[in-house]
Amino acid sequence: MNRTVFLGTLAAAGLSAGLAGAATLDDVKARDELNCGVNTGLVGFAAPDASGAWSGFDVAICKAVAAAVLGDANKVKYVPTTGQTRFTALASGEVDILSRNTTWTFSRDADLKFTFVGVNYYDGQGFMVNKSLGVSSAKELDGATICIQTGTTTELNLADYFKTNNMSYQPVPIETNAEGEQQFLAGACDAYTTDASGLAATRAAFANPDDFVILPEIISKEPLGPLVRQGDDEWADVVRWTLNALIAAEEYGITSANIEERSKSTDNPEVARLLGAGEDDLGAMIRLDKEWAKRAIMAGGNYGEIFAATIGESTPIGLARGLNAQWTQGGLLYTPPFR
Amino acid sequence: MTIATDPPKDSFRLSMLLYDTRYRALTIQVVVLLLFMAGVAWLVDNTIQNLQTLGKDFSFGFLTNRAGYDINQRLIAYTNDSSHARAMLVGLLNTLLVSAMACAAATVIGIFVGVLRLSPNWLIARLMTVYVEMFRNIPVLLWILVAYAVFTEVTPQPRDFRLTPEMEAAGETPAASMLLFDSIAITNRGTSIPEPLFDRSLGNVSLGLFDVSLDLVALVAVIVAAVLANRALLRQAARIQDATGRRPTTWWKSLLILVLPPVLLLVALGFHLGLPELAGFNFQGGILVSNSLMALWLGLTLYTAAFIAEAVRAGILAVSRGQTEAAYALGLRPRRTMSLVILPQALRVIVPPLISQYLNITKNSSLAIAVGYMDLRGTLGGITLNQTGRELEAVLLMMLIYLIISLVISGVMNVYNNSVRLKER
Repeated sequence: MNRTVFLGTLAAAGLSAGLAGAATLDDVKARDELNCGVNTGLVGFAAPDASGAWSGFDVAICKAVAAAVLGDANKVKYVPTTGQTRFTALASGEVDILSRNTTWTFSRDADLKFTFVGVNYYDGQGFMVNKSLGVSSAKELDGATICIQTGTTTELNLADYFKTNNMSYQPVPIETNAEGEQQFLAGACDAYTTDASGLAATRAAFANPDDFVILPEIISKEPLGPLVRQGDDEWADVVRWTLNALIAAEEYGITSANIEERSKSTDNPEVARLLGAGEDDLGAMIRLDKEWAKRAIMAGGNYGEIFAATIGESTPIGLARGLNAQWTQGGLLYTPPFR
Repeated sequence: MTIATDPPKDSFRLSMLLYDTRYRALTIQVVVLLLFMAGVAWLVDNTIQNLQTLGKDFSFGFLTNRAGYDINQRLIAYTNDSSHARAMLVGLLNTLLVSAMACAAATVIGIFVGVLRLSPNWLIARLMTVYVEMFRNIPVLLWILVAYAVFTEVTPQPRDFRLTPEMEAAGETPAASMLLFDSIAITNRGTSIPEPLFDRSLGNVSLGLFDVSLDLVALVAVIVAAVLANRALLRQAARIQDATGRRPTTWWKSLLILVLPPVLLLVALGFHLGLPELAGFNFQGGILVSNSLMALWLGLTLYTAAFIAEAVRAGILAVSRGQTEAAYALGLRPRRTMSLVILPQALRVIVPPLISQYLNITKNSSLAIAVGYMDLRGTLGGITLNQTGRELEAVLLMMLIYLIISLVISGVMNVYNNSVRLKER
């Protein structure tokens, strides 16, 4: 008899485990809250302010998705993750989206079983050094001690770069950006390396940013973007097209200021489809309502507005659009049509 | 007339499993065991199912792949072209290194503090109490971080050692200078100490996993031989003393036997010290003892020594006062009483908790990541796990390795415990 119970338990466990994976969209709706994995603190990308409210470029993606799915940009639970814990958090279902300046690579997509839904920032790895060191190129860093966040692609790029250039270095592994800042400022390492955008954000938080210089070499391609678990295409579509909606909104000149006005006039059929003003109901195809994209854009503005408000040239971080301009302006942002 | 009736010979019934005290305990054990096994099976099955849902498999094949990352402290040859298994081995050796260093230092400090805490000197005893209470009541992670902060913030940067031509012209001296005839440099990255070099080296011999320096092997062999020869000499002296009552002078012979052969070998091998020199960003040459290793070592040592001190104190207090009085009555001085009478008896009480402390040191060494020391947790459980995405495999492997280390330590210590325990004659 015991054996029957035993087998029954096994079968039940197997069944429930099998069903648990799919339909993140339903889970989020039922929970009425979006769990979003973000950085533990990188000014401009994801950082809590004095009152504990999160803001930043990566956080804006979470807000847009929450607005599209739940109708409220504030229904987000931010889960801070380190370079080491982020993938486990996503794979285990602790978060629904990972929006944490994560590089899209082959092995993460194929072997770690994630789906990158797009790129929200085209980046590359750089080095930051103290001006007094008198270094003007990364090629002069032979023999240097370099602080690096463990568990990131930058760690592997660094090894490759120094090997290709036949130089040696001493790595100082650190776990979070805050720890890296502290080590770097204490002089425990000569150079700090991470994505160029991260370097700019880190430097902006220093007491005297002008004492530090970011070297001109960009040693890798780092397309950063939000990602979800593989195998739930519906949810991946929701996140992908929310990101695309933000980018398309900038392309068509839809801003948080004129969105109401633009959704009334239906001069451009593509804008009408995007904002749910016309006959076509794109929202129904991803099991959302008609105005999902409108709410996503209203959450924090279009891609350009988010960029300008969080990491753009008018902020302390001061990043230029560069590769992250629209394709019409010489950048790489190019969203597929809403049709 | 009495009728003798046999006691009822009832056959075994199923209900007896529950109502008969002879069988009940057995029944309960069997049921609990079955439940336990069902629980384990459920966990395993759940894991397999979830892995399947995620589309992941369970394999240790990643260990043979190229690691691709660098490690700052390597006891064996390793480059970023080596495999993940090799990186794991590098991490394991780093774990063992810091654990062994911390165990040795903590034992020495712990015994001293434990003994001094019982000192009749009021000040010393109180100071030791303060030490013990302070260190064992604050988490070890904080001590490690404090030690690391002190090392990185207080010590000078390598460039402070530099003497530029302008400074020379102005007659200035660098902000920092090396110690001991320019042989030791303490910087905020680590301490560079001289390394032994051999002009006429015997080379290395490869043992598959790592290389062994033949110079070192030869040196150890010569020293062992010298010590054995010295013992033979002392034994002979003792024999002569027993036979004639006069002990021949041996000190210069001992000195000759112990010192001459190793020195001759070193000269033959062309031994010299490689001094660290400031070149580029850092000191090159010499051996760099990184600050992370020093901080981890110091943190683990001071923290665990406080616990060991308590174990030592308990052991000493467990030896009855009469032993001390008897020793005094025989004319032994306090120090000899402690080392000859009290400590040997106290050891049997001290050793079992000491084993736990050694195990704690080994396990606590996994806090290394906090100061960027690449131990087993940093390589296999950190970077490898993250770059390959094999959480389950890496963590299981790591658990297994820590388990094996702990079992080996406690096995060895138990052998020692058996040798010091009270022998009944």
